[in-house]
Amino acid sequence: MKSRVFQKIYTHIENITKATCTIAADGITNEEMAFVAGRPAQVVKIIGNRVTLQIFPGTRGIPTDAEVVFLGTPPVLKVSDDLKGRFFNAYGSPIDNGPAVDGEEREIGGPSVNPVRRMQPSELIATGIAGIDLNNTIVSGQKIPFFADPDQPFNQVMAEVALRAKADIIILGGMGMSNDDYLYYKNTFENAGALGRIISFMNTTENPPVERLLVPDMCLTAAEYFALDSSARVLVLLSDMTLYADALSIVSNRMDQIPSKDSMPGSLYSDLAKIYEKAAQFPGGGSITIIAVTTLSGGDITHAIPDNTGYITEGQLYLRRDTDISKVIVDPFRSLSRLKQLVIGRKTREDHPHLMNACVRLYADAAGAKTKLENGFDLTDYDRRTLDFAREYSRELLAIDINIEIDSMLDTAWHLLGKHFTREEVAIKQEVMDTYWVQ
Amino acid sequence: MSTHGRVVGIVANLVTIEADGPVAQNEICYIDLNGTKLMAEVIKITGSLAYAQVFESTRGLYVGCTVEFTGRMLEVTLGPGMLSKSYDGLQNDLDAMAGVFLTRGEYTPAFDENAVWRFAPLVRPGDTVRAADWLGSVREGWIEHKIMVPFDFEGAGTVVSVVPMGDYRACDTIAVIADAGGGERSLNMIMRWPVKVEVRGYADKPRPFKIMETGVRAIDTLNPMAEGGTGFIPGPFGCGKTVLQHAISKYAEADLIVLVACGERANEVVEIFKEFPELDDPRTGRKLMERTIIICNTSNMPVASREASVYTGMTIAEYYRMMGLKVLLLADSTSRWAQALREMSNRMEELPGPDAFPMDLPAIIANFYSRAGFVNLNNGTTGSITFIGTVSPAGGNLKEPVAESTKKAARCFYALSQARSDSKRYPAVDPIDSYSKYLEYREVIEQLDTTVEPGWVNKVVQLKDILLRGKEARDQIHILGDDGVPLDYHVAFNKAEIIDFAILQQDAFDPIDASTPLVRQQYMVNTVLDLCSSPFSFDDFEQVGAYFKHLINILRQMNYQEFMSERFKALETELAAALSERRAR
Ligand SMILES: Nc1ncnc2c1ncn2[C@@H]1O[C@H](COP(=O)(O)OP(=O)(O)OP(=O)(O)O)[C@@H](O)[C@H]1O
Ligand SMILES: [Mg+2]
Repeated sequence: MKSRVFQKIYTHIENITKATCTIAADGITNEEMAFVAGRPAQVVKIIGNRVTLQIFPGTRGIPTDAEVVFLGTPPVLKVSDDLKGRFFNAYGSPIDNGPAVDGEEREIGGPSVNPVRRMQPSELIATGIAGIDLNNTIVSGQKIPFFADPDQPFNQVMAEVALRAKADIIILGGMGMSNDDYLYYKNTFENAGALGRIISFMNTTENPPVERLLVPDMCLTAAEYFALDSSARVLVLLSDMTLYADALSIVSNRMDQIPSKDSMPGSLYSDLAKIYEKAAQFPGGGSITIIAVTTLSGGDITHAIPDNTGYITEGQLYLRRDTDISKVIVDPFRSLSRLKQLVIGRKTREDHPHLMNACVRLYADAAGAKTKLENGFDLTDYDRRTLDFAREYSRELLAIDINIEIDSMLDTAWHLLGKHFTREEVAIKQEVMDTYWVQ
Repeated sequence: MSTHGRVVGIVANLVTIEADGPVAQNEICYIDLNGTKLMAEVIKITGSLAYAQVFESTRGLYVGCTVEFTGRMLEVTLGPGMLSKSYDGLQNDLDAMAGVFLTRGEYTPAFDENAVWRFAPLVRPGDTVRAADWLGSVREGWIEHKIMVPFDFEGAGTVVSVVPMGDYRACDTIAVIADAGGGERSLNMIMRWPVKVEVRGYADKPRPFKIMETGVRAIDTLNPMAEGGTGFIPGPFGCGKTVLQHAISKYAEADLIVLVACGERANEVVEIFKEFPELDDPRTGRKLMERTIIICNTSNMPVASREASVYTGMTIAEYYRMMGLKVLLLADSTSRWAQALREMSNRMEELPGPDAFPMDLPAIIANFYSRAGFVNLNNGTTGSITFIGTVSPAGGNLKEPVAESTKKAARCFYALSQARSDSKRYPAVDPIDSYSKYLEYREVIEQLDTTVEPGWVNKVVQLKDILLRGKEARDQIHILGDDGVPLDYHVAFNKAEIIDFAILQQDAFDPIDASTPLVRQQYMVNTVLDLCSSPFSFDDFEQVGAYFKHLINILRQMNYQEFMSERFKALETELAAALSERRAR
């Protein structure tokens, strides 16, 4: 990187759109940062001496003679241990009235980890929530989103999970988060006495949407610093990635790119993957785990944002209100943790994988029985038993207000199976049945 | 005099270059960013402007960076030493790279060109040779790695000299051959080949005629893959494409597996890095890694090299096919490759086709699949590439360009169903929608008659009929209610459930169930068909369900036991007892 002693300053803007402006300038590097009339901006396109800048807060009120100052570097974050306990905006400037953080300047959105240098994730992250630990066990180094409708209590669940997860550092990235939710997180962490290991980069609904694009990279640059330089186990919370993707589409529309499905840019998959793939288990023992939120509109998971997310992340967790028990549960059908097989039955009891699958299979039978009932058909004895089982399973294990150890989750599940079913109906591998079956 | 140029425009990874001389389409060039050379491929030329896709991040690039054109297309380097390696999409050796992070502009050799190999000649001076003919062989791991006449050698040539058996470096001259015009060419063990061009040089490519065992029952029994055949696995996210492909890669009856992780998750590749060096190849007892080459260009790695990665994998597979090996090429996911094409096409502002994919996507996909196949080599031996790709359709809907184009190009279709995966019926291969065109090939039917048993394909058809009838019965039961249909419907539905649980469903994570040899599949098919053809009598539908659940449980337990072990035989007896109890009535 060429270092410039003097910042380049221009004052003649040729072209202004809602999110970008174009000026004639020489020697400008791709993706470098600038200030246009004091507003943060980034180079997104260079054709000859025409440089197009994306202006994060938007272009409203910018005159053609505004001062454009190029900084000569891509966006950076100063990293040091002083980041701990601090709250920043999307540019990494403090919003907690504290002093600016001093430290080593690192480019955000840096290179990818060499796949052969990654370690296999193997550390179970216990949350106490059986809908997660029992059915969709999370492992350090994993990336997994909540798929939830905007009215569901995903922020509460995330805060709860973060606190129970025993992470060394928790990094909260807010994208279009309501100020109330932001304060909720802050209070929850504070009450738990956890502020010392929290770092937050926040773009609330009060801030310009395009600024959100910087938030995940800021979070992950800080995460990489702690995970690599001090081998910390870092948990990154990103809420809400749907609003992040919306910001991507705003920018690409204004750059006249051809949209693909749902007016999202054709590069949505790669853009999201670059963020989520920062989750990793490092050779030195540190790790980055990402738990994100992707809000759905009307539960539609075929929309481009959840769809592309599902293809990138290592599973997803669905929240659903179960009207039979009037509680929010982690839906066992569409929820999935793809890394669970690395720990279940290995770090947990050997019966875990078999038991978990059998319960979900029987829960599916209950769903079939329910459809029958709704269609006005008579139920068989088996149907009725599945329904009884499903209600208890939901209340005692799937509800998000559960907080128990994994062994007692397993014991509860065996108890429910024994109570409602015969050995044949449960159809688990004989050796496992012989040891754990309770009548 | 090579062509030079300078950067005049940058939009993401598309760079416009003003060139001072001739430039070829698909030519590789290097952009100098303050001493770091970034590799790029020319994808469009107008006048003196060349548009190149950069295989790296373009951050920090500026107008005026100098560019050097190489006069060559994107190539792989072929020679002994590739086995067990992990490459990125451009065939850089990932293990040879320093540091935890990938460094921009760091290119590593595909293999050590100074490594010493024991070379045994297979030709004598005076012999006539053509491109791809075997000059000699070296032992690469357990493979008799053939050193071949370069694929770009034109016409017939004569061996002028060849070194005697002995130890040579890969880069040492091992033979000299003269072409028709008398021009002499010194050859070592290394050659280069452009990845987007098929390696020809074989005698012919007959229709596939024998099946390739994968150990996966839903494939081998119901919709077999042929050696040299093509297939694809489409499915919504989380339905088991990757798990199925990994299962195939572990147990398939192939000499060499080339695995292309194309734009998917890094942790999935890490799983292979971790498992394959430890797992045994069930047929040879060697470690799986000894027969595997991995091309790993995960989703966060540059998108242009993701596009290249499938071609890199295919070309390496073709190279080994010319040695007479049975190669299995797996790519996960070909949709990511198509998306890489779309990203570039959009950046170049080309007129988009459906869903903004490039117009020629169907042709590109068809051309790629056509490179697979069974071949007869000039020396009378044979080789093959069997290719199975996954497809990740947007929204899980197969009415999208990549799935539709692939369906036209591939002969086997393994549709993964969301409903099956939701109810954990793994592998979620839909037994009704999926097909293998090879079941219709006369050659294949005959081969199955002799290798499995006479009339085998008829049995497969019977299984499919029972499955279909079961589905129809289930639909009726759902509409009319349990007691609104005759008892027969319950029996039909439950017979299909038997096939589902005992044959289709297979636990990829159980050491025994994970892979089923064909003989064992044959046993199960016969057991199940025998069961399904038995006349049963029941008093009411509750009895039907309970009875079949009992049978299913026994069959499932059998799948978990060592074939023909004590416990297996005990279950066999239990099954017979359960059967005679019902039949007797
Ligand atoms: N045969 C199987 N046996 C047991 N579990 C399975 C099987 N196949 C898939 N699964 C479960 O489903 C999960 C998802 O499978 P997989 O990663 O193969 O999906 P995919 O289709 O490749 O998804 P994506 O398109 O997002 O990559 C696995 O992590 C595993 O939990
Ligand atoms: Mg996959």
